[in-house]
Amino acid sequence: MPLPSRNSDYWQGVRAGSPFLLVIAPFGTLFGVLATEAGLNLFETLTFSVVVIAGAAQFVSLQLLQEHVPALIVLASALAVNLRMAMYSAAITPHLGGMPLWKRALSAYFLIDQTYAASALEFERHPEKTLAQKFAFFMGTMTPTCPPWYAFTLLGAWLGEAVPADFGLDFALPIAFLAMIAPALRSGAHVVAALVATVCALLLAWMPYNLGVLCAAALGMVAGAEIERRMAR
Amino acid sequence: MIDRGDLWLVIIGLGLGSYCLRFLFLGLVGDRPLPAWLTRHLRYTAVAMMPALVAPLVAWPAATGGQTDPARLLAAAATLGIGMLTKNVILAILSGAVALLAGGYLMG
Repeated sequence: MPLPSRNSDYWQGVRAGSPFLLVIAPFGTLFGVLATEAGLNLFETLTFSVVVIAGAAQFVSLQLLQEHVPALIVLASALAVNLRMAMYSAAITPHLGGMPLWKRALSAYFLIDQTYAASALEFERHPEKTLAQKFAFFMGTMTPTCPPWYAFTLLGAWLGEAVPADFGLDFALPIAFLAMIAPALRSGAHVVAALVATVCALLLAWMPYNLGVLCAAALGMVAGAEIERRMAR
Repeated sequence: MIDRGDLWLVIIGLGLGSYCLRFLFLGLVGDRPLPAWLTRHLRYTAVAMMPALVAPLVAWPAATGGQTDPARLLAAAATLGIGMLTKNVILAILSGAVALLAGGYLMG
């Protein structure tokens, strides 16, 4: 008896998601190490990764919490980093929007950069796939990305207890962020958005509660969107 | 030391908030298209927010008491440069780490 095709869609998803392990493993480990250095215990560190499941936002909130920025500003800054999730949600809805609510609710939790990137690519290429096939593929992309995110966070937390606190890890976060920004600068508009945000963040550093960062990011977004609008004309 | 109340407020608030962002369209809005001006701005959230966060950390590192540090500037430039050239996140991070260590050794 042939295996149901759902199965093979699931495994295709697993294969499509697997290369992302190369990113998930070091970043998950780094988060675990930095969280432990910041004084979080194993349970707090792991809960952070399971509940939030978004690398960049986790790094941002951890950094700002250490700087004793008020919690509401920390939340606003980290959520701003995660605004792109709403865009993923909108972009994946034409493909998965027809599923029953519980499947949509489950998929929403696993909607991260990597599952979105792998699935969106596949669904654009194969629009003829059925809803069940698409869901199976999506859960496939989740398998090598989401559980490893928890596992490597845990590994990092264990390592973090062994690494001395003054190991020069203060600069690991800026380096990790810069490495993530670089491939995202896909067009002139993206570069302008990043430049405007950088210059404004330095000029507005005098603002209290880290509000300069939020204002600079907003100005950068407006600049990027405006450049895109002008170039499209 | 991070205040425990703040920590849990951020973990739970950020978890709920992120979930809401992910569920927003898939769960609630359905496949009605977003207004173009909104998607246009959303596209630039990551490339604007992350540099805004990083710039002050690079220019005035907490570890040097806010003094601009040539080794850290060099590391930042190496990470960004290699990242843009190769589009390889891991290679970029390694370049930054090597530049930071080498810069610290040569200039420190």
